[in-house]
Amino acid sequence: MAIDREQVLHVARLARLDLTEEEVERFSQQLGAILEAVSKVAELELDDVPPTSHPLDVVNVWREDEPRPSWPLEEVFGGAPEVEDEMFRVPPTAAVQDA
Amino acid sequence: MIDTVRLTAEEGLALVERGEVSAGELHRAYLDAIADRNPELHAYLRVVEEPEGTSIPIALKDVILTRGVETTAGSKILEGYLPIYDATVTRRCKDAGLTLLGKTNTDEFAMGSSTENSAYGPTHNPWDPTRVPGGSGGGSAAAVTAGLAPWALGSDTGGSIKQPSALCGNVGLRPTYGTVSRYGVVAFASSLDQVGPVARTVRDCALLYRIISGRDTCDSTTVDVPEVVLPDGESLEGVRIGVPKEMNEADGIEPGVSEAVRRAIDLAAELGAEVGECELPRSVDYGLACYYLVAPAEASSNLARYDGVRYGLRAGGESYDEMVEGTRDAGFGDEPKRRIMLGAYALSAGYYDAYYGQAQKVRTVIAREHAAAFERFDVLVSPTSPTVAFPLGAKTQDPLAMYLSDLLTIPSCMAGLPGLNVPVGLSEGLPVGLQVIGPQFAENTLFRVGHALERAIGFDVVPERLR
Repeated sequence: MAIDREQVLHVARLARLDLTEEEVERFSQQLGAILEAVSKVAELELDDVPPTSHPLDVVNVWREDEPRPSWPLEEVFGGAPEVEDEMFRVPPTAAVQDA
Repeated sequence: MIDTVRLTAEEGLALVERGEVSAGELHRAYLDAIADRNPELHAYLRVVEEPEGTSIPIALKDVILTRGVETTAGSKILEGYLPIYDATVTRRCKDAGLTLLGKTNTDEFAMGSSTENSAYGPTHNPWDPTRVPGGSGGGSAAAVTAGLAPWALGSDTGGSIKQPSALCGNVGLRPTYGTVSRYGVVAFASSLDQVGPVARTVRDCALLYRIISGRDTCDSTTVDVPEVVLPDGESLEGVRIGVPKEMNEADGIEPGVSEAVRRAIDLAAELGAEVGECELPRSVDYGLACYYLVAPAEASSNLARYDGVRYGLRAGGESYDEMVEGTRDAGFGDEPKRRIMLGAYALSAGYYDAYYGQAQKVRTVIAREHAAAFERFDVLVSPTSPTVAFPLGAKTQDPLAMYLSDLLTIPSCMAGLPGLNVPVGLSEGLPVGLQVIGPQFAENTLFRVGHALERAIGFDVVPERLR
């Protein structure tokens, strides 16, 4: 099963990956081979089988909603690439640029 | 003089308890062994020089958060990341007095079967450094086998504890899903990830499982766990062992591996077990395809958090989008990129039902097949890995060939079942592992079977070149 260049670029866009030309080429081939292998699941007739999303037969779990101290802000921001006034600083978003 | 290559965790605990050696002295003995052998093996990504604790040491796979100690998950995107909290399993080890020796190498984000996908270079197998230790937890497995830690924690999504234990010749447990907290463990595929122990003996493995298991309010998927019983004795009287035909006769199983596993099964019968054949026809045929849809789909969602905003690597960029896309392209290696894209594809509009939805149904089929087998048997056995440790570089150019390493460990993972690897012999001078799979929460039965075989076989877990 082949996956063409456009599809790879589409998926890379969904996955927020800015691939290089060389990567697009390489991943097209590799993803094609992997998709062909995993497409095997289509062979089974499973209309009456329910899906499994979780391996245990558990229902929702609740706990008391008790106030607890948050992480100290200086620790939370300690590993951030860029911080300003107790906020994570990022480059302008596309929306701001368009405005 | 402490012989770290021979010392079991149980023996180490007794030494410390009797006051014959201090926690600090023991920690130092392992640091010396690490200084001696880690340059060759690269099992550790970093070590902790100053012990904090009162008991024996432990090594943790680098996907497990350790407060103040760099945790990278084997990825450049987390280089320099200092967690501000401990994972629950880290906390439990510390509460038990264990000292942290260091963080062990892993395939990037635990994605791989050889540890060659680590962004920091591969780990080498202590039995033969030209070969892989398995993966993703090759660092923990190699560290335990080479006497660089008495025991260690790994994490397992589709075989990342059991397969490296098989290739390195030690004991590894993938516990029942939900028995060990995932809080503070770097997420790969959340419906499959489980933390578990790697050790030199089955009893050590059980002791460590006792420390880390149990309900955790920080992980709502955890449940109450039956009391852990330390195995003792060789009799397997009353244990019904099923031998799934497809898992023992699958294409690609090396003759030497089959032979060693067959001998272990015969031995189990001599110890009193009732052995019979059974079938898991679709679990083996469709397990791998099912896994490589479900796991990447979950990974594509989990790895969305690495965006260069709050921690880790950030690439330059004029806009937010440019920064995020540049960060992810620069920070992730090939395997996470492949899986993220595969997952995004399987979840995307128009393909969801055919891929992800269908895979979830196959998952039900696999669980049902195993449940049917457990109506007749207490445990199921097969080779853990189809092959012994393969040469470094042998499968790095062919992702599909690498994925086949987990052919036999994946089906039970899909069903949330526990599995134990026990070394049962050598083939071409390299260890062969037997996996013992049980119903959910049957860890004690796995320990019993594993311990009986371990004693009866008398496999020497120390590689010849280190004796």
